[in-house]
Amino acid sequence: MQRYVGAPIRRTEDVRLTTGRGRYVDDIAAGGPVLEAAFLRSPHANARITDIDIADALDVPGVRAIYLHEDLPGAVGEPLPVLIPHPALTAPRTPSALADGRVHHVGQTIAMVVADDRYLAEDAAERIRVSYEILPPVADLTMARAAQRRAHDDVPDNVAAHFEHEVGDVAAGFAAASHVIEFNAHPERSASTPLEGKGVFARWDADDSSLRVYTSTQASTSVRAAVAAKLGLPLVKVEVIAPDVGGGFGVKIAHPWPEEIMVPFAAMRLGQPVRWTEDRREHFISSAHERGQDHHVKVGFDDEGRVLALDVTFWHDNGAFTPYGIIVPIITSTQLLGPYKPGAYRVEYYSMYTNTVQVTPYRGAGRPQGVFVMERAMDKIAQALGKDRTAVRAANFIQPDEFPYDQGMIFQDGRPLIYDSGNYPAQLAMLKDMMGWDAFEEVRAEATSRGKLAGIGLACYVEGTGVGPYEGAHVHVQTDGTVDVATGLTSQGQGHQTMLAQIVADELGVPFEKVRVVTGDTRRFGYAVGTFASRTTVMSGSAVALAARAARAKALRVAAHALEASEDDLEIVDGVVRVKGSPDSHIDLGTVAVLSNPLRYAFDTSAQAATQFAGTEDMDKPPVAEDDEPGLEGKDYYSPIRSTFASGMHGAIVEVDPETFDIHVAKYFVVHDCGTLINPMIVAGQVHGGVAQGIGGALYEKMAYDENAQLQNASFMDFLMPYVTEIPQKELGELELGHQETPSPLNPLGVKGAGEAGVIPVAALIASAVEDAVGFPIDTMPISPNDLYAMRLRADAGELPHVANATAKPAPAGARSPSEVGS
Amino acid sequence: MKPAPFAWHGPTSVASAVATLAELVAGGAHAKVLAGGQSLVPVLAMRLAEPDHLVDINGIAELDYVRVSAGGDHAPAGVTVGALARHTTVLQHVEANRVQPLLGQALNLVAHATIRNRGTTVGSLAHADPSGEMTAVLALTSGSVTAVSVRGERVIPAAEFFVGPLESSLAEDELAVSAFFPAAPAGSGTAFVEMARRHGDYALAGVGAIVAPGAAGDGSVGGAAAPVTVRCGFLSVSETPLVLDLTQAWAAGPDATMAAARAAIDPGDDIHATAEYRRHLAGVLTVRAIRQALDAMGTEAAA
Amino acid sequence: MTSDLSIVAPAQTRRTVTVTVNGVRRSAEVEVRRTLSDFLRHDLALTGTHVGCEHGVCGACTVLLDGLPVRSCLLFAITAHGHTVTTVEGLGELRPDGSVRVSPVQQAFRDCHALQCGFCTPGMITTITAGLAANPHPTPQQAVDMISGNLCRCTGYQNIVEAVLRAAELMEDPDAPLPDEGFTDDPGETDRVGAGSAAGDVAGVGSAGGVSAARHTRGDRG
Repeated sequence: MQRYVGAPIRRTEDVRLTTGRGRYVDDIAAGGPVLEAAFLRSPHANARITDIDIADALDVPGVRAIYLHEDLPGAVGEPLPVLIPHPALTAPRTPSALADGRVHHVGQTIAMVVADDRYLAEDAAERIRVSYEILPPVADLTMARAAQRRAHDDVPDNVAAHFEHEVGDVAAGFAAASHVIEFNAHPERSASTPLEGKGVFARWDADDSSLRVYTSTQASTSVRAAVAAKLGLPLVKVEVIAPDVGGGFGVKIAHPWPEEIMVPFAAMRLGQPVRWTEDRREHFISSAHERGQDHHVKVGFDDEGRVLALDVTFWHDNGAFTPYGIIVPIITSTQLLGPYKPGAYRVEYYSMYTNTVQVTPYRGAGRPQGVFVMERAMDKIAQALGKDRTAVRAANFIQPDEFPYDQGMIFQDGRPLIYDSGNYPAQLAMLKDMMGWDAFEEVRAEATSRGKLAGIGLACYVEGTGVGPYEGAHVHVQTDGTVDVATGLTSQGQGHQTMLAQIVADELGVPFEKVRVVTGDTRRFGYAVGTFASRTTVMSGSAVALAARAARAKALRVAAHALEASEDDLEIVDGVVRVKGSPDSHIDLGTVAVLSNPLRYAFDTSAQAATQFAGTEDMDKPPVAEDDEPGLEGKDYYSPIRSTFASGMHGAIVEVDPETFDIHVAKYFVVHDCGTLINPMIVAGQVHGGVAQGIGGALYEKMAYDENAQLQNASFMDFLMPYVTEIPQKELGELELGHQETPSPLNPLGVKGAGEAGVIPVAALIASAVEDAVGFPIDTMPISPNDLYAMRLRADAGELPHVANATAKPAPAGARSPSEVGS
Repeated sequence: MKPAPFAWHGPTSVASAVATLAELVAGGAHAKVLAGGQSLVPVLAMRLAEPDHLVDINGIAELDYVRVSAGGDHAPAGVTVGALARHTTVLQHVEANRVQPLLGQALNLVAHATIRNRGTTVGSLAHADPSGEMTAVLALTSGSVTAVSVRGERVIPAAEFFVGPLESSLAEDELAVSAFFPAAPAGSGTAFVEMARRHGDYALAGVGAIVAPGAAGDGSVGGAAAPVTVRCGFLSVSETPLVLDLTQAWAAGPDATMAAARAAIDPGDDIHATAEYRRHLAGVLTVRAIRQALDAMGTEAAA
Repeated sequence: MTSDLSIVAPAQTRRTVTVTVNGVRRSAEVEVRRTLSDFLRHDLALTGTHVGCEHGVCGACTVLLDGLPVRSCLLFAITAHGHTVTTVEGLGELRPDGSVRVSPVQQAFRDCHALQCGFCTPGMITTITAGLAANPHPTPQQAVDMISGNLCRCTGYQNIVEAVLRAAELMEDPDAPLPDEGFTDDPGETDRVGAGSAAGDVAGVGSAGGVSAARHTRGDRG
């Protein structure tokens, strides 16, 4: 019965979160006697540690312990794991929990101080004297590629991985192409930047020899395994819980962090609970960044704009370490293809070390870079041919009747890149209609009359979601009719507890309010992968559906026996199993739960009440059958054959001030397809958030490293995360969402992921629209007024090509730049 | 990010505050005055400064005032802002803004409302940030700061108050107790224009303008528009707040005005903008500020 | 004036700070450098106020000091001594039977899906509460301006702006219907102290909500 799925049910999480009753990691045991930790972090990007003197630090009152690498026994001090090895990753590197004589980026952990409170811990950390031999750092890709300096002593060319793949024959494609263009693209480094940083709380129970860890993570199950391994504890003696998490966006997927090892280690050693809460500066210099790549692109096309050959070489900045392998460049290289079917495609990438913060996935995980490249190429093809930019894209689309479509590559899940379903032409038609693409010249003229340069743009993407290998779920109907659901992956604000409850409520036939969902708690569910790659609805959604179906089947079997009816005649409505058409013949699901567990002792009234249904006991059969278990539960796993492919297109109208070069996003349009919608309100919220991060990345956000690999904007003052005033707002008529649904044939619910959709095409889109306004090519992101000013001067000097049909026209030779003249 | 340890003093009178400062400074201690804290506390949290003593003046109720003087024999016309007057208080003071509209025009651009609820106008002057709106306003209006120490009271004109970036001429044991913003000239128009990356950020460049009727005054020069006097104050484009008389330049036209402004300023590079861009932007904003001030004045004296 | 030692304000490094929080006088002995945010969260165990940056930019720590929104991370607890603070935990209305009626702003946030991870939410809610007290009938642009000093990374602000307008509507008419055909699982108006709703517990952390709520019922001298 479909009562909840598809409806904008208000979230159950919000009852607590709007009244200050969240429980984030820094809230655990607040007000109680908890020791707090601070870390001494490297101030240098590349250095040998020659001496550490902690004598003065130990004098700070309230200090309980100071740990250095030499204090870490065995596995605790060994390098952290490479989570996703790959044959192309020939030189992986990871740090140890505390630096072992060598630091490779500003922010790397060197020492841990545990004290009565964080203030004292920081006082002590400040007094630790470290002697360094400073080495020349590799600050960016240019330096990494030049290879005159080494980020790691034993990686001479700074190459962590090299990969090359060809689908079809690009040489033949270029030969056949009537047009060939080449260009470079340069997306810059940014970061997830959730409002809550990382944090770990650990409590060792000496009576029980067990460890409980709360950590602000996207992968609690995996953290458990890593912590148990590192600390030499049996898995069954370690519990890891992801409490309320204040945003993740990918940065909390890598694990174990040094702090996730050190905090439990200290808790065990000191016999007292220990907490570490990352502060904002720490988050900037010691968590993870993403997006920085240098691309060289060559594309060959025919007179219709069809791509006959696409050749992309790129250099990916993976920072100082590779704990997450090369997932990000793998995704760039595969998802670059978007909704298109180029005749031939060759991609080659180098994943390079720099002495900067490590690079692991940030919402989009390499896709924004790939989409940026492909969508810039599409715009340049249109300009070269004098064609409409939407017509060129349409000429390259995979058509609705071509699914499943095999792109001939291996995707980030190790499975073939085969798109399952989609309808790109219909999406484009919807978008063009929504944004008034064909009537834009009127908008352009109106803006010109106000002294503004207006531009219109679009960008398309395809996103592989719901990657495996599996997720599982447990559904447990209690004797009072409450349904407890557990799945192992985690939540960071996506409303999983609500969305999964909707599915279970419909599958089982119970009221939504009766369903309680727990995520990310190894005490409740032990096998899981994690929350990333827009996979929760696909993976845990399918798993809870399957588990609920199993529970339902058992409920009907038990109820049929109790009601002396046939299972086929039964239905479950509002938590009551009843005979269809016979309202007097019914039994509560809670009572069914009692009956399914033959007890000797009736310890509550519901057990007593069940005795009237004793029915006919078969004395020749045991109370619990051989193939059965006590209780009304269902457990199941969903393991997909491969990813399912969501898609979307965004459009925007921007206005550029021709004197100040200020960029204003006047109108923003989204069309997206994530298959079946469980909760449309939650999906829209995910898109809203992604769009805001995308605009941040397109116009405001970049990590500003100087030539010494020092991060110059390690605070919210200078890392420009957008406020409301920087994002087009729906309440002001500036943002519109459109929706398309092509269900996935790969899972029982027909769902596709939606978590990353909003961010993926935004940088490409803004570049497309700004270029249309200013008349010269935009191939970097982010783009600022300062950047446009510098480019305008170059364009006026004839150093940049002019973009045809753009609002701004090229200056006549010899005329002064309009920006230098008063208007 | 927690501050390093310090000793806290909570004087409840100006006399106590300056006696405390004198005592600390005489003893060689590093002491800072805490008022709004919106600039100081982040510095302490990041341990960019580690003073041994904080003299917290938030308990000195006598410093929380805004007084407007209409002018006359004994007091110049203008607005006196006490050291504990929050930005919000000044921004919402109707009479003060009638007498000197630049106050509200600039304060609206200072950070965000919540910051303005605690930040003090005098505190932001003492901070002497050349990217601060109120430092530009004090300089542009030829205002002054009154400072008190155990040695007595002195009035420091704006031109002598701002010595360098984040450096005022206050002595270590001096407390700024008030600032005076002269009234806008009769018949004048004012405006404040800036451009920042995000709403509420420090501006990449900003310009305040006062335009007033010129010597001819009443527009009766053979049908032509009456000349105006033009004064502009700049922020984020020099080490101390810069004020320019652009009367002649404006009379020669917007191009000349932009060129004059660009020639006079000395902007720097940072991660948000180059000096060249700031120079360009300042020119553009100068013309825009002057035009808005003219609109406020209600004349058609545009060049 | 001479340096009269008798009027020199003495140096203090620790102090018992007393603040009236959500209508209740609360005290704790702390170092003078203790921020108000840490005082609320760790000395008074009122963890509803969150810390996102500690340099005054993000607004997650915003509380009402004598009714006005301020960044609690930029205030030392000692500066707030003797003053009144309202946090997100104190915005509801305590009924005689011990239940709490959530405020219109809190209800609007639920109605409009104006939060995802919930970390910026307390700062948003206190800011908007004060904003609507000053301007009960904001236009959409004024609603945008009201939250222009608070960062959110999850929502893109879209539904938060909508929640400002919805809260204004609820202030006029507490029974105004939801804008769409969706419905809310709990009755919406009430929020029982100490009892999470059946679907309200999260991530296996237990009903800690009951504990913190109980700490500041009337008469608590904690």
